Amino acid sequence: MSLNKIVAECTEWFTDPDFTRLRALRDGSPPMRMIGLFPVYTPEEVVMATGLLPVHLYGGGTMVEIDHADSRLQSFVCSISRTTFELGLTNRLDAFEGMLFPSICDVSRNMSGLWRRNFPGRVAEFIHFPENLTSAHSVPYLKHELKRLEEVLSKVSGKKPTDADYHRVFDLLNRHRRAMDEIYAARAAAPWNVPLVEAYPILRAGGMMPREQHLPMMEEALATWRARQNKAQDRIRVIVEGSFCEQPSVELLQTIEEAGCYVLNDDLLLGQRWFTEPLPLEGDPLEALARHIMEHCVPSAVHHPGPLGRGAALVQKARAVHADGVLFCMAKFCEPALYDYALLKRAVEAENIPHLAFEFEEKMGTFERRSSNPSSSFPDPGERSWETTSTSIRERAGISRRTCSAIGSIGSPRPPRRESPSRISSSAATSPSF
Amino acid sequence: MTALQCGIKKTAGQYILKAEELGYSSDVCGYVKNDIGLLHSGNASPMGTLPPPSLLVCNYSGCRTYVKWFEALAEFYKAPLVMLDVPYKREDMLDPGDVQYVVGQLHELVELCERMTGKKFDMDRFRSDLTETALAEDYWVKILNSSRLVPSPFDAYFEAVFFMAPLYVLRGHPDCLKYYKAAWGEIEERIEHGIGPVAEERFRVVVEGPPPWPHFRSFWEMFKKWGVVAVASTYSKVGGLYDQGVRHDPARPFESMAEYCIDCYTNWNLGLRRDLMRRYCEDFHADGMVIHSVKSCRSFSVGQADTREVFSKEYHIPTLFLESDLADPRYFSAAQLRNRIDAFFEGLEHRKLVGAPHAGVTP
Repeated sequence: MSLNKIVAECTEWFTDPDFTRLRALRDGSPPMRMIGLFPVYTPEEVVMATGLLPVHLYGGGTMVEIDHADSRLQSFVCSISRTTFELGLTNRLDAFEGMLFPSICDVSRNMSGLWRRNFPGRVAEFIHFPENLTSAHSVPYLKHELKRLEEVLSKVSGKKPTDADYHRVFDLLNRHRRAMDEIYAARAAAPWNVPLVEAYPILRAGGMMPREQHLPMMEEALATWRARQNKAQDRIRVIVEGSFCEQPSVELLQTIEEAGCYVLNDDLLLGQRWFTEPLPLEGDPLEALARHIMEHCVPSAVHHPGPLGRGAALVQKARAVHADGVLFCMAKFCEPALYDYALLKRAVEAENIPHLAFEFEEKMGTFERRSSNPSSSFPDPGERSWETTSTSIRERAGISRRTCSAIGSIGSPRPPRRESPSRISSSAATSPSF
Repeated sequence: MTALQCGIKKTAGQYILKAEELGYSSDVCGYVKNDIGLLHSGNASPMGTLPPPSLLVCNYSGCRTYVKWFEALAEFYKAPLVMLDVPYKREDMLDPGDVQYVVGQLHELVELCERMTGKKFDMDRFRSDLTETALAEDYWVKILNSSRLVPSPFDAYFEAVFFMAPLYVLRGHPDCLKYYKAAWGEIEERIEHGIGPVAEERFRVVVEGPPPWPHFRSFWEMFKKWGVVAVASTYSKVGGLYDQGVRHDPARPFESMAEYCIDCYTNWNLGLRRDLMRRYCEDFHADGMVIHSVKSCRSFSVGQADTREVFSKEYHIPTLFLESDLADPRYFSAAQLRNRIDAFFEGLEHRKLVGAPHAGVTP
C-alpha cells in the first residue's frame, strides 16, 4: 500500500463519527468486542488480554455538533469530555461494551459516574493510578486495581486471561510501541522526510484498529519515510507540548508545519506510547505491569511526580532534538496542561529556550467566545476565526531562523484580562426546573 | 484554608490576578491561583503569614487539583512533598484494599516524620486525640441533625460553613471539643426559644456545591429574603461525612483515619452523591434543591448539570441551578443570580399555594 493510501485509510478510522469500521469488526466473524478508553493512558494490556479490543477515543473532534451533552456538562468543561459524551448520547458508541476512565483529572473521574448513570448496563470503570511514587504499597495496590479491572472485563468477554495471554499481548504492544518510537526517531532525525500531518493520522489510527493489523502499516510507512530524500528547509525546529489528552485538529498541526516549523517531538497521543521501556515477557504479568506503570512511564502532566521533574524532562526533550523552541499547545479548559504550563514555562525560560503558548479546542472557530489564558501570548482561538488564527500562527511562527529568538519575546506575558460573568454561563444554567 | 479566608475577606481578587500574570489560566481553580498569587506577593494574608514548611503533605482526597497545587508549593518552597494517595470511592462500599493502601502510607508518613524530627511517634497521644475528635464529631452530627426540626434552628449551609471549621483546623485539640459543646449549647437554646437563622422559615432547601466566598453575605441575603433555610448541604461534608457514620476511632486509629480520608463527599462517586442528596431532601423535608455550580471546582461541578436533570425530571424535586465561583470575584453576577433565585422561589410559593407535595415525594 502506498503511503498516501495508508494515510487516507488511517484518517478514515478516526474521522468517521459512526465508527463504521469498528462496527464491521463487531459484526464480523468472529465478532470483535471493544472497550473505549478515555485518554491519557488506560491499561489496554488488560483489555486485550481479556479478549477485547481497546479503542483510544479522543472525543468527537470536528465530527459532531454538541446538541445533547450541553444540557449535562457545563461550558467550562473541556471539549473532549463534552464531545465524548455527545457520541454516547447520540448512540454512536453502541458498538462498545463500555468505557474506561483513568485517574488523570477530576473531569475524567466524574465522567465515569456520568457514564454509569446515562448508559446503564454498560461498563464504566474508573482506574486509579497511585500518585505516591515513594510508597512501598503503590505497586501492590496498583496490581490489586488491575486485577479488579481484569475481573470486570472478564465478565464482559467471558475470557479469563492466563499469564501466556498477557505475555503475548505485552509482546505485541512492545512491538507496536517500538514502531511508534521509531517513527518519532525518524521524524526527529529528518523531519523534512516525515511530516507530522502524515505521521499523526497513522499513529492515531493505531489506537483504534487491531494492533496486529496496524503494525505492518506503520512499518511500511516507516520504510517509505526512511527512503525519502527530501531537501531540508530553513524552518524552526520545535517540540509541541500540552496536547496529551484532547487532540488538536489535523488542520492545526498542518498550520504549525506550514507556518514554518518542523515538529521534532510532541506529546500527542501520549497514552499510546506510555512506556519508556518494553514490558517484561516473563513473571507475574499484573505485578510487572503495575511496576512498569509506576517506574517506566513517560513524564506527563496527568501524574505526579511534580513539574520539577517534568520541567527537567521537557528541557531534556527539547535539547535531545536540538529544538529551537517549545510550542505549548494546550486544550482549552484542560486543567493538567494549564497548571503545568505556569511551571514548565519557567523551566524552559531558565534554560533560555524560547516558547510560545496557545490554546485550542476541538471545534475551533465554531465555539462561543471565550477568554484565553491571560498569560498566553497567542491569539485567543475563541475570538478569531480559524483563518485568522492560522494567519496569526504564520505571522508569529512563520519566520526564518534568524528571527527565531523572537519566539522568546512572543512568549512573554500579556496583561490579564477580566472575564465577564456571563462568559461562564452555560446552556445548563437556564431557568429553574420544576 | 488560606485561600478560603482570602475569599471571604475579599482579598482574593488581587492574588488571582497575580497568579494569572505568572502564567495561570483564567480557567483553573481560583483557590490555587489565590494561594500562588499570595505566595508571590509577599505571603501576607489577612490572617498573617504562614512560616515556610519543612515538609509538604498533600492528601488530595476528592480533588486532583491539589496534586498540581502542592507541586507548585513544592517548587516555591523547595520543600519535600509527600503525596498521600487516596483512591476515589469508585463503588458504593469501601474497598478494603483501598483502606489498607492508605493505612500503609500513613505508617510510612509516621516513619518519615520520626526521621525528620528525631521524635518517636506517640501512639497514646494519637489515640487520645482521636477520642476527643470523635466526641467533637458526635456533637457536630447532633447540630447537623437539628435541622430536621421544622422550623430548623440552624442553617446547614450558610451557618454550617462556619460551624464546621474547627474540625478542619483544630482536630484533636481540646479547644475543638470545647467549641462543639458550646455550639451544641447554642443550638439547644435556639430550639428552646424557637429561634432560627431566618425570622420566618418559608422554604427548606438542600444545597449542593461550595459557596461564593467573595460574595458570601450578599449570596445569603438573596435566600434570606425569601425565608429560605438550608436544612442540609453537601459542602459541609467535604471534610468528612460524619452524619453518614464516619468517625475517627481510637480503637482503629489508622484504619479509621484512612476511612475518613476516603469517605469525604467529593471523593464519593456521583451515584453515592446523588443518593445522599435525595435522602437529604426526603429526611429533612426539603421543598427543593439548590445547586451552586462553581467553575473553579470540577470535582464538584462536573456532573451537577446531570444531577439537575435527575432531580427535576426523575425525582420531581424542584431544582435551582446557579453558576458563579468559590474564589474568583469576577464570576459573581448579582443581578443574574437574584433573578434566578427570585424566579425559583416564586415558583415554589405557587406550588405551596396549590398544595404540591414536598420534595422527594413523587406526585
